[in-house]
Amino acid sequence: MWDQILQFLITGVTVGATYALVALGFAIIYNASDVVNFAQGEFVMIGAMTAIALSAGDGGLPLPLALIGAVLITIAVGILLQRFAIAPARGASVVTTIIITIGASIFLRGVALLVWGKDIFAMPHFSGEIPLHIGNATLLPQNLWVMGGAALLVMGVHYFFNHTIIGKAILACSCNRTAAHLVGINVGLMMLVAYGLSAFLGAMAGILVAPITFTSYDAGVMLGLKGFSAAILGGMGNPMGAVAGGLALGLIESLAAGLISSGYKDAIGFIILLLVLFIRPSGMFGKVSAERV
Amino acid sequence: MPSDTPLLKVDELSSHYGPIQALFGVSLEVKQGELVAIVGANGAGKTTLLHTLSGVQKASGGQVFLDTREITKQKPHKIVAAGVCHVPEGRQVFAPLSVDDNLRLGAYALRKEKEWVEQELDNIYTLFPILNEKSAQSAGTLSGGQQQMLAIGRALLGRPRLLLLDEPSMGLAPLLVEEIFRVIQSLNDQGVTILLVEQNARAALGIANRGYVLETGKVVLSAGADELLKDEAVRRAYLGY
Repeated sequence: MWDQILQFLITGVTVGATYALVALGFAIIYNASDVVNFAQGEFVMIGAMTAIALSAGDGGLPLPLALIGAVLITIAVGILLQRFAIAPARGASVVTTIIITIGASIFLRGVALLVWGKDIFAMPHFSGEIPLHIGNATLLPQNLWVMGGAALLVMGVHYFFNHTIIGKAILACSCNRTAAHLVGINVGLMMLVAYGLSAFLGAMAGILVAPITFTSYDAGVMLGLKGFSAAILGGMGNPMGAVAGGLALGLIESLAAGLISSGYKDAIGFIILLLVLFIRPSGMFGKVSAERV
Repeated sequence: MPSDTPLLKVDELSSHYGPIQALFGVSLEVKQGELVAIVGANGAGKTTLLHTLSGVQKASGGQVFLDTREITKQKPHKIVAAGVCHVPEGRQVFAPLSVDDNLRLGAYALRKEKEWVEQELDNIYTLFPILNEKSAQSAGTLSGGQQQMLAIGRALLGRPRLLLLDEPSMGLAPLLVEEIFRVIQSLNDQGVTILLVEQNARAALGIANRGYVLETGKVVLSAGADELLKDEAVRRAYLGY
């Protein structure tokens, strides 16, 4: 029994780490521009699919180079999305921008379908498939890659927003765009940085987890929705809350799938989303803002 | 002491909000070292004028020169980098960020000059000791007067050649208004060139060298501050006696 639970926890943290990175992407874009970017899951898919495409076959690149290439391509997609779909709609309502990002996600999925078809792809594990044993539970080296990679990325993002002037400038754009202009911040450029960073996190999530979960042109849909649920669970706009929300969602899903039924795995995520929205819309760590004027 | 070189020259500047025209060919000058006040009623176009100078509002006609360099069509961040620093109406501090972060973001364009930024940060904390005391608090928790000091400090960290001040007295208690105006005067005494927009005409003209009266988007009067204070029409319209 306990071995089983340990196994569920390992799976839960691995999946949760992926959700955390997607949720972090949601939080960053929401913080920078008040846009909920429903194309976030597509970044994950594009990262994984381009990495596989670049490394596949006889003429393929060595894996590390393919991964770097995939990340750069995904970042470019994120920047293009901001520049050509989001920026022109500046000042539009929240609903409008949400519809734009949903449209963008359908478009990106369509392009992926044209390029790669409906096949399911696998990516080679980074460092072999020999499982490690903890008690009776097993752990693949790739699980460690996911957890370690996600931990490093989260720490990096935390450092970026709390200890660098560029990170703070992005936050400044979200709290007061006019004032950001007036202190000399290039607001347009900061938006591109925010979308590029979110795309980078999405691509990394996709690349890290692809060897375990496989991937296909529509893999981003579910990951995007789960990441969104995690971001809401943690409190939208709170990056570290998003990470905690991702881990919590991954753990709950994995435990529910193991202990109740795996058929309910996906439903759990959305039941949690609805419960949070009903009971505590500001999320686990949503701040109650105090502001004097 | 004011010299004769115009630091800022505004020539027939117009601006629109959609189809509605807000500025109708405004011309004015601010010389190096001067403190110039723009007074006028609510809706006269004072804030629009400053926003157009900073580039956050588009000019639809006319030109703006800093020294001899035209800045009319420049992006706001380029205008700040050129030395025009703007203290916006209603303070507009970055509420969730700390006081210290707010000030450092004021020096965003100068972020590579680390030594200068630290030095100037010390100066601001000396000028406004209360900000030093609360440097780690989020700016949104400050009182209105403290936020105004923060907004001024933030603009000073942009190393202004020209400081634009929009309604610094708005919403403040009379004692605080006095203090803010004392600070503005002393900044000018230290050589900062200032363009001050105010509804509180008496206080503004009290410290200014010269003044312009703005009415419905046009300059209707310009003279030395003392003359404007004595002017019959100005007194009736803006000073209330």
